[in-house]
Order: sequence, then structure tokens, then C-alpha cells
Amino acid sequence: MKFEQWNGFEKGDWQDEINVRDFIQRNYTPYEGDSSFLAGPTDKTKKLWDEVLELYKKEKEAKGGVLDIDTKTISTVNSHEAGYIDKDLEEIVGLQTDKPLKRAIMPFGGIRIVEKSCEAYDRKVDDEVEEIFHKYRKTHNDGVFSVYTPDIRAARSSHLITGLPDGYGRGRIIGDYRRVALYGIDVLIEEKKKELEVLDVDCLTEDIIREREEISDQIKALNDLKAMAARYGFDISKPATNSKEAVQWLYFGYLGAVKDQNGAAMSIGRTSTFLDIYFERDLQNGTITEEEVQEIMDHFVMKLRLVRFLRTPEYNELFSGDPVWVTESIGGMGIDGRTLVTKNSFRVLHTLENLGPAPEPNLTVLWSTRLPDGFKRYTTDLSIKTSSIQYENDDLMRITLGDDYGIACCVSPMKIGKQMQFFGARANLAKTLLYAINGGRDEVSGKQVTPKFAPITSEYLNYDEVIEKFEQMMDYVAKIYIKALNAIHYMHDKYSYEAIEMALHDREILRTMACGIAGLSVVADSLSAIKYAKVKVIRDETGLAVDYEVEGDFPKFGNDDDRVDQIAVEVVKTFMNKLRRYPTYRNSKHTLSILTITSNVVYGKATGNTPDGRRMGAPFGPGANPLHGRDTNGALAVMNSIAKLPFDSAEDGISYTFSITPKTLGKDEETRITNLVNMLDGYFKQTGHHINVNVFDRSLLIDAMEHPENYPQLTIRVSGYAVNFTKLTREQQLDVINRTIHEKI
Amino acid sequence: METLNVSEEDLKYYAKVHSVESFGAVDGPGIRYVLFLQGCHLQCKYCHNRDTWDMNGGKYKSLDDIYDSILRYKNYIVPNGGVTVSGGEPLLQVKFLIELFTKLKKQKIHTCIDTSGMVSLTDDIKKVLKLTDLVLLDIKHIDDEKCKDLVGRSNKLELEFAKYLSDNNIPVWIRQVLIPGYTDSEEDLLKLKDFLSTLNNVKKVEFLPYHSMGEFKWKELGFKYELEDVRDATSEDVDRAKRTLGI
Repeated sequence: MKFEQWNGFEKGDWQDEINVRDFIQRNYTPYEGDSSFLAGPTDKTKKLWDEVLELYKKEKEAKGGVLDIDTKTISTVNSHEAGYIDKDLEEIVGLQTDKPLKRAIMPFGGIRIVEKSCEAYDRKVDDEVEEIFHKYRKTHNDGVFSVYTPDIRAARSSHLITGLPDGYGRGRIIGDYRRVALYGIDVLIEEKKKELEVLDVDCLTEDIIREREEISDQIKALNDLKAMAARYGFDISKPATNSKEAVQWLYFGYLGAVKDQNGAAMSIGRTSTFLDIYFERDLQNGTITEEEVQEIMDHFVMKLRLVRFLRTPEYNELFSGDPVWVTESIGGMGIDGRTLVTKNSFRVLHTLENLGPAPEPNLTVLWSTRLPDGFKRYTTDLSIKTSSIQYENDDLMRITLGDDYGIACCVSPMKIGKQMQFFGARANLAKTLLYAINGGRDEVSGKQVTPKFAPITSEYLNYDEVIEKFEQMMDYVAKIYIKALNAIHYMHDKYSYEAIEMALHDREILRTMACGIAGLSVVADSLSAIKYAKVKVIRDETGLAVDYEVEGDFPKFGNDDDRVDQIAVEVVKTFMNKLRRYPTYRNSKHTLSILTITSNVVYGKATGNTPDGRRMGAPFGPGANPLHGRDTNGALAVMNSIAKLPFDSAEDGISYTFSITPKTLGKDEETRITNLVNMLDGYFKQTGHHINVNVFDRSLLIDAMEHPENYPQLTIRVSGYAVNFTKLTREQQLDVINRTIHEKI
Repeated sequence: METLNVSEEDLKYYAKVHSVESFGAVDGPGIRYVLFLQGCHLQCKYCHNRDTWDMNGGKYKSLDDIYDSILRYKNYIVPNGGVTVSGGEPLLQVKFLIELFTKLKKQKIHTCIDTSGMVSLTDDIKKVLKLTDLVLLDIKHIDDEKCKDLVGRSNKLELEFAKYLSDNNIPVWIRQVLIPGYTDSEEDLLKLKDFLSTLNNVKKVEFLPYHSMGEFKWKELGFKYELEDVRDATSEDVDRAKRTLGI
């Protein structure tokens, strides 16, 4: 292939095949300096951002925080007219609908959820749309429920397995949006046509037929993308000519995805270093200034902050706020030893200063102990100031994922354009343990949810007996869980296939079946109590164990105490191995995450008293966190405990949320930065996988709860995600405040 | 009271521990593993760790266990930090400290003691100071009479201790809790300044603003808290004290 748009780039394999990594490796400029080169916001940026802030205000005042809904147009890649915030000011254009913050309907996932959402915000779905989806067009949601078995339904309604993407989009797929900029749509279509030729074989098996259909859908989606860009006056059939076009082309790719799919997480990938190559070329040519470069990045990020989906209030409760998870992965090291940090890694983070802190895009630093010092100090400084950054262990992930992976959602790593996942929400392991004790009866409702297992009948719990029954119950849950996920993803592929995102993938990809667990620290502490203290069972008149009395002390997860930490490790390994026993849809690879967003509140609510002394309804620890108040040896002891959890058995990510007051981190700014850098280096050397860093004063949070209007941009990180604190429910706010804020007296 | 069945000779392999803070960032340079030892012979009216006084309280932990636990944090503390032993009064368990610091120095881990310095300069004390990279010396009060009233002891020993550190060139951070109405008079601060000017090993002077967050501990233990009516020191108080000392 040869394009004049590629003039000035180093030649390589990337010109003969779709190979973005090769392009990056041959062309990027590592940056080892500090942040002094960065430019502030231009007047244009300030003016445009003020208009966005005005829109935010209106949105917040509107019922349910939903400004407007287009209830008539079924959203697809090319469904809506072009939309603008303020056309003359926008460097980067493109909105999901014809107006900013106006939400679109995406009924292919399920029509009822769209209807319910509209009703919640005092709207009604257009009659014609309702007729189509009730009468003529089956949805993902319909598909799943037409095949669900009674045991799946029972496990689902009793909250044994929760949050399943059977009524909403699964998300967690990252299209390689960089391909749009580097190659243009025509090349991508040609490549897809070649793939069809490969699939022109003598025997059309079911697999081949499905793949041929998918690829032809992908080609159609690429053509739609071209047409959508044309509405904005751009021809994206050829590669981007300059840096502004590169950002615009790339953004159009992403915009196509968020117009097509209301996915649980719509991450953007690893784009900043890729874009740096274009900026460097223009800077070298003298056709752009640093101010102009930053302006483009600011406007790009502004667009990412405007992405909205139509969701029900219950969904927002489960996921805390209104998240999109536009995760952008930044930094990391290359396998050749050069850092992948570029000036543009700084610029994308700098938007937190130019536009103020925000939860989106979900800025994720791929941390290596070998990252340049200037970058380490800049990111930690911003963390302390904004609490808007999460960190993941590049040294750990690079081993299996190479140096061109990105994070989907909060903690799920995947090779960009070469891997996708079937998102599987999570199984409630704390409830599983209670079911083991009660022979499959629910501790809250008393209903027999699983087939009848023999319950434990002794007055005091015996560790070996509990473990034996817990393993049996985990096995049962694993079986039902995989059954449910197979059904869900079969139907998602069939009725709500992500054609535009998959068009930006290779044909042969790795699919993972991303299972998850909730309540790990509750389980570990409960088993520890049974092993090291005495746990007496309190039963009701029907023999149901409803409460526990703990006599004596026991080691608790989060104190770097192997006696209990190793129990947690064993539970993770055991459950992972149970899952592996059950075959998955499309032979996807079983993986596991220990991640709960703030849904630890919702899961806890549905779970009865546990043998560790936790009360019915009390929240679990988020992600892999200890239960709040149980860690008594300080923050690093918690980190050491969590770092013991094996990434090999939890490849979909292990999330840790860390909160600290500024004064606790160090006495002055420089010391705080140094301490945070050393803390992150240490945690990741210990093989920890992920950490959210929140630096805030408890008093500030309490004030924010009382006077949310004064804190429109207060950002905190909650298990893998940053949210607007004021958008949390009061319950969630209290949970955050009560959660161990490490405050040394 | 917990008893330990070991010979007198082997007691040095055990410490009476109050608690551990794995992430200390305010007691010495860098990230500190802070070991709070149990037991104190002073009676500071403002003490925020009233629960560390009782010589019979705390839990015995073995040297090996403590040492192994510290090594688990090497990845965090080696670059700029280290281990700080606080309390209570750590120097009351000097024989244990000698053993612990000997081991830590072999690992090139930075060692620090947070002390009142109100101990006699015995051979053991001198020995542990040789193994100490930094002393956080809390000068309770520069005026002897006021010191006796505030903490129940004369300041003679701690001033001698300070002099010894200076003579032997052991780095020290001088600390003083700034208590409104007790330690913050212009006159006393100037006196403190004069004293500090006679020392040649002071790397830093810190005023720790008095706070009442330790009050509840007194009440919990059934003791009366005498400073009930004293307000918390503010950052303005600290700035003023710093100005007086010319730092």
C-alpha cells in the first residue's frame, strides 16, 4: 500500500498489512522529560468548555439527570443528523445524536429497558419503534430469556449471580479506532473482503456461515461510518493527512461504536502515543504549535466527556452514576525497553488541568517501575490534585499481553484489535458460602434456590466440613454461571452484534469469557473466623442458618497475614478451576475478575449475615478490598494482602481502591509525590495488579454530601472507576466515607 | 498481663508491641514502617497515645516475626524511607532495638527512633544510637519547671541526650508539640532557639500542632483528660512558632 498521507513516516510491515503496533514502534518518539512544555487552554477551549458546563448544569437540573431523549430514531452508526455544541468553536466534531447530551435509543439489546428508561424520565418511546420491536424484531433480551433454564432464572433472581448483561449491552469490546486514522475506511474494507475470500471454502459449516455473516455486517458498518463522517463534511475513505484529521478520524471510529452500542463499558483503547506520532510530524513540519496540539486534545477529550447512554435508574444504582468507561490507557513500556510515554501521554492527562477533573475519559496509567521519572511525578501529582487517575501494573501485564494492549472498563486488559471479551458480571461468593451452609436455601427468603444439598446441622461450624460443602456449592454456581453466560453471548452475537467495533479487529481473535466474583474478603474473613475462632450458628424455626456468633478473634484479610490471605488465594484459584471445567461459547478462554465497582453496596444489600460478623445488608468491600475497618496495619499491609491474589487465576483484573488524606501522604507537596511514586513502585513490584488512588479529606467529602452544589466536579475513584461524588446515592456516599480512609492520627 | 516463658537473656529477642503502621509518611523521611512499642515512663498531659503507657499492656512479638514482617515492605521503603520505632518510649526496650537495628543495617534499611530522649545514656543506649540513622527527638519543654508540670519529669535527661547526639554527630530532627498556652510562648520558643543553636546535628525542626484526637483514648481507659479546654493548634500557630525560631 502506498499513500501520500504517509509521507515522513518510517516504512515497515504496517504498510503491507493492518499492523498498528508496527507503525507505532517504528515511528514514535519516547519522551523522558517533565511537564514544563505543556500549554494551557486556548480562549477557544475556554469558551467552548464554558458552554459545555452550562449544558452540564441544565442536565443536572433535568429529571433524573437526563437532558433530552430522541425517542424516535433507532440509533445506529449513521442514524442521526450531524450535531454540534458550537460549530465555530469545535476543533473536533461529532455527537451521538443531533444535539449534545441528547440520548439515543438502542433497542436491539432490549426494547423493555428502553421503554422503562424513557418512562423514568417522563418520555415515551415512539409508537412505531415499539411496534417494530414488539411485533417484528426480536432483541438480545428476548433471545436470552427464550432459552434461559429454570436453574439460571432461580440463581439470577436470588442474586446468586448478578448484574448479568442479559438486558443491557455487554460492552467491554475495544475497537482499534487507530486503524481508521492510519488506513482510512477503504483499506479496511478491502482487508475485510480478503477475509471473506479466506472463508470461501468447500464446506459451509455453521461456524463459517456465522463468520461470513459477521464480516459482511462489518463491511456494511464501515460503509456506514464513512457516510456518518460525510454528514460532518469529512471523507474518511483515505488515511488521515495530518494530526487534526488523525484525531478526527479516530474519534469518528469511536463515535460509530457509541452510536451503535449502549455497552456496559465503551473503552477507547490506547490512543495517545499513536496520535503523538502525527503531532510530532506536524510539529517538525512547523504546521502546528504546542498550543494548537493541546487545543485539539482538549476538544477531543471534551467530546469523550459528552458521551451519554440511556439507562434505567436501577442500572445507575448498580453501576454508580452514569458511567461510560471511556478508558484510555496511557504510558507503559515497550518490549524493546523503550518507554511508550510520549509528550501526548502528558497532554491527555493535562486535560484534567485545562478542563478540570472529571470521571471520563477514564484515564488509566500503565505503570512500570521503569517509567521515566518526569512522567511518574506528573501523574502522581495530578492524582493528588484530582483523584482522577487509576494505575495498572504494566510490568505484570506486558508478560502475557505484549506492549499494545489496553484496558476495557476498569481492569480488563486485552490486546488492541486482537482480543475481545464476553463480559460476565459476577457471582456472589459470599452468598455461595451461605448457600453451602444452608444446603442451597436462600438465607434471606428461605427459598430452596439450588437443588437440595445436605445443609450443615452442627451448632458450631467445622472448617473442613464448610470447605467441602463450599466447594460443592462453588461447583454448582460455576456450572449455572457458565450456562447463563453462554446463552447471553450467543444471543448478543445474534441480535446485537457489535459490527463496527469488530470491523476494527483482526479476523482471528482471542475471546475471553470474563467471569467475576464479589465478596471475596467477606468469604476469606468468614472462613478465617470458622478456622481460627469459634462460630456458632443461629437458626430459625425452619432450621435455616440466619446468623452467626463469633467467639474469639481471628485473622482478617488486609493485614498481610498469610493465615487468612492464603484462604483468599485458595478461594480464587478453586473457583477459577471450577469455571474452567465448563465449556464456553465460541471456545472462549475462561478468565476471572475481582472487581465490583460500587455494586458492592447492591450485592451486600441482598446478602444475609455472614460468619465473619458482617451484618445482613451491609456492603461488601469493593473489588479485592478488605471489608472496611478490618485492616489495622496500615495501607501497605492491605496492598501486600491484595498483591498475593494470583493474576494467573484472575487475568481479568484485581481491583483495589485506596483512599488517603493529603496530610497522611506526606507533609508537603514534593514529599507526597515522592511517597506516592514509591508506594506505586512498591505495590507493583509486589505484583499488585490495579489501584485507584483517591486523595481527599474526609471533611471535604462530608461537606460535599451536604452541599453537592458546591462540588460539581469533585471526582473520587471507586473501584476501578472515577465518578462524580455528587452523583452517588447517599448510601454510596456514606459507604465511601466509611470505607477505610487511611488517616493516621 | 501477657507472660513470656523465656530466659532473661533471651528477652532481647522479643518486643512489647502496641501496633504497626505499614505506611507512615510523617515520621521520618520517605515511606516508613512504623513500629509502635508499648510502655512509657512519662505522663504527658497531651499524649495522643495514652493507650501505649501501660508497661504491662501490648503484645509480645518475636524479633524474627517483626524482622520478617518489615522485609515484606522492602519494595516500598528502600528508595527513600525506612523503619521508624515509636511508642510509647522505644528506648525502654533498648536491648531489643539493638538486635533489630543490627539486622536492619545488614539489609541497608534506614533506621529511625522517635523518642523523648528522657533516658540515661547507658552503654546500651549508646550502642543502639550507633545503629540509628536518624533520631526524632521530641523536646517536651525547654523550661524545666514547665516540663515537670507538663510531662511529669525534668528535661535534664533529654537535653543531655540532645547534646550527646550532637557530640557524636547523629542526625536529628527536633520536634515539639505546639500546645496553645503550654509550649507556645514567645519566651519559651526563644529559649528553645538558643538551645538548638548549640547543637550541630539538627537536620530539621518540626512543630507538631496539638490536636485533641487522642482525647477519646483517655476517656476510654477511664482517665481524666486535663487539657480538655485547650484548643487545637492551627497552622497559623505553627507559622508563628516557626517565625520565632527563624525557620
